Amino acid sequence: MIRDITIGQYYPVDSVLHRLDPRTKLFGTMMFIISLFLASNIWGYLAATVFLAAAIRASKVPFGFMVRGLKAILFLLLLSVSFNLFLTDGREIFRLGFLRITIEGLRMAGFMAVRLIYLVVGSSIMTLTTTPNQLTDGLEKSLGFLKKVGVPVHEISMMMSIALRFIPILVEETDKIMKAQMARGADFESGGLIQKAKSMVPLLVPLFISAFRRATDLAMAMEARCYHGGEGRTKMKPLRYAGRDYRTYLVYAFYMAVIIGTRFLPGI
Amino acid sequence: MSIRVEHLTFIYNQGTALEQRALDDVSFEIPNGQFVGLIGHTGSGKSTLIQHLNGLIRPTSGTIFYDGTDIYSEGYSLRQLRSKVGLVFQYPEHQLFEVDVFSDVCYGPKNLGLSQEEIKSRAEDALRSVGMKEKYWDQSPFELSGGQKRRVAIAGVLAMNPEVLILDEPTAGLDPRGRDEILDEIKSLHEEKGMTIILVSHSMEDMARYASRLIVMNHGKKAFDGTPKEVFEHYKELEAMGLAAPQVTYIAHELRERGIPVDKDITTVEEARDAILRLLGK
Repeated sequence: MIRDITIGQYYPVDSVLHRLDPRTKLFGTMMFIISLFLASNIWGYLAATVFLAAAIRASKVPFGFMVRGLKAILFLLLLSVSFNLFLTDGREIFRLGFLRITIEGLRMAGFMAVRLIYLVVGSSIMTLTTTPNQLTDGLEKSLGFLKKVGVPVHEISMMMSIALRFIPILVEETDKIMKAQMARGADFESGGLIQKAKSMVPLLVPLFISAFRRATDLAMAMEARCYHGGEGRTKMKPLRYAGRDYRTYLVYAFYMAVIIGTRFLPGI
Repeated sequence: MSIRVEHLTFIYNQGTALEQRALDDVSFEIPNGQFVGLIGHTGSGKSTLIQHLNGLIRPTSGTIFYDGTDIYSEGYSLRQLRSKVGLVFQYPEHQLFEVDVFSDVCYGPKNLGLSQEEIKSRAEDALRSVGMKEKYWDQSPFELSGGQKRRVAIAGVLAMNPEVLILDEPTAGLDPRGRDEILDEIKSLHEEKGMTIILVSHSMEDMARYASRLIVMNHGKKAFDGTPKEVFEHYKELEAMGLAAPQVTYIAHELRERGIPVDKDITTVEEARDAILRLLGK
C-alpha cells in the first residue's frame, strides 16, 4: 500500500537514460518543466507528450510503475482542476447554483491537469533512472559556480541527497510500524477524520523517534569517517560528459525549438 | 486452534524489475499448543511467512486456515484474527509510542473494545507474565533498556490474550542473561497457559533447548520440518544454507569420529554432559 509511492525511488535496470550523465538529466528535467509552461496550445502539449513518451520508452521503467507515483498527488490534482474549472471567467456553458463552468475554465483545467501529471511523471523519470548519489554529484557540479558568491552548494546538495535517500527508508519503516500496530489491533482505515487522525499517533511517534535516531547515527557515522564538508574532497567517479550526452543536448535543443514553434500555431 | 498453511506463495513487487519470490509453495500445519522454532538465514522468507499467519500480508497464491477457516474468505475478520494470533516484531521501537509503559500495553486490548477494568487487568497480567516489575509501569517506554523494551513489546501483544504467539527474534541484541530470561518467560507461557508458540531465532542452541519442532526455511521454500534432533542430523545441509547445528552437536560428532561412542543426536549441553558422564561410568 504505502510502498506505492515512487517519487524519489530508483529503478535498477540498464537503459540509455540510466547511463546518461546526471547533469544531462537534471537539465533535461528542468527544460521539460519549463517547456510545460511555455506550451500555450494543444500542439505544444502534443509535442510534450511525444517527448515524455519517448523518454519513458527509453528509460525501460514499466509504465505502470511510473504512474503509481501519481496516486500520491491525486488530491492536489483534483483540487487544482476543480479550482480552475469553476473559478475561471468566460463563456458560460453550464450552471448549477453558484458553480459555473466556462469554456475557458474547461480548457484551463484540462491543461492544468496535464501539466501537473507531466510534471510528476517527468521528474520521476529522473529519480527512477538516477541514483541519489549521482543526482547530488550532478547538482553539485552544475551549481558549482554559486560557490563563488558564498552559497554552500556542497552542503545543500549533501542534505538533498540524504533527504532523498531517506524517503524509501522511512516509507519502509512506516510500513513496518503500521504492521506492528495492526498486529495490536490498530485500524488505520475506518472511522471519521478525527478518529483517523487519532489513529495516526501510534504510527507517527515511533516514526519520528526512528527518524531522529537514524539522523544521529548517520551524523556519527559521517563524523567517524572525518566528513568535514566539500573542501578538498575528491570523487571516485568524477562526472564527465560522453558523446551520448552531447547528442541528448541536441535533442533538447530541437525539442525546445518545437515547443516555441508551436506557440505560433493556431489551435485551442 | 491450529494453523494450516497450504501452498503459500508470495512475490514482492510482482511484475517489476524488483520482483522477488519470498515464499515458494510452503505448506505445513501447526497443531494447538506446539512450540515451533522457525529458522533460516536472512532473506529466507521467515519474516514474510509469519506476517501471513495473522493476515498482515495477502498471499500471491495459496491459503491459510486458522481453526479450519480460510482467513482470507469473505467476511472473516482479520482484526479478530490478529487478537488470536499475536505477532511480536523484532524491533520494539516499531510499536512503543505511549507516554508510559502501562498505557502502551493497554493499546492492544483498547483496540479490542473491552471495558476499562478488563483492559487494566489484562495489561497488569501481561506485564507480570513477562516479568516487568511494577516500578517500571509509570516510566516512559523509551527510557528502558533494550531487554525491558522487548518485554513491554511482548506484553503489548500478550494483553490481547492471543492463543498463538509469534515472536520474531525476540532475543536479538540482548545480553545472555536477558536472553535466557525472556526465553524462560516465553517457555512458561507455553507450559502454563498452553499457548502455541512460533519462535524465529538464529540461535540453534535456543532452538534445541526450547522448541519441540523446527521448520527450516531456505530461499522461500520449506527445507526441513521435524524435531530439533531430526533437523540437526542434517547439519551438513544446514551449513550449505548458511545455518548450523548447535555447537555441542559438532562436539558429539567429533567425539564419535575419534572413537568415543556418545549418542549422535545430542543437541543440548545437558544431554552432552549426561552422555559423557554415562560413558565415564558415573
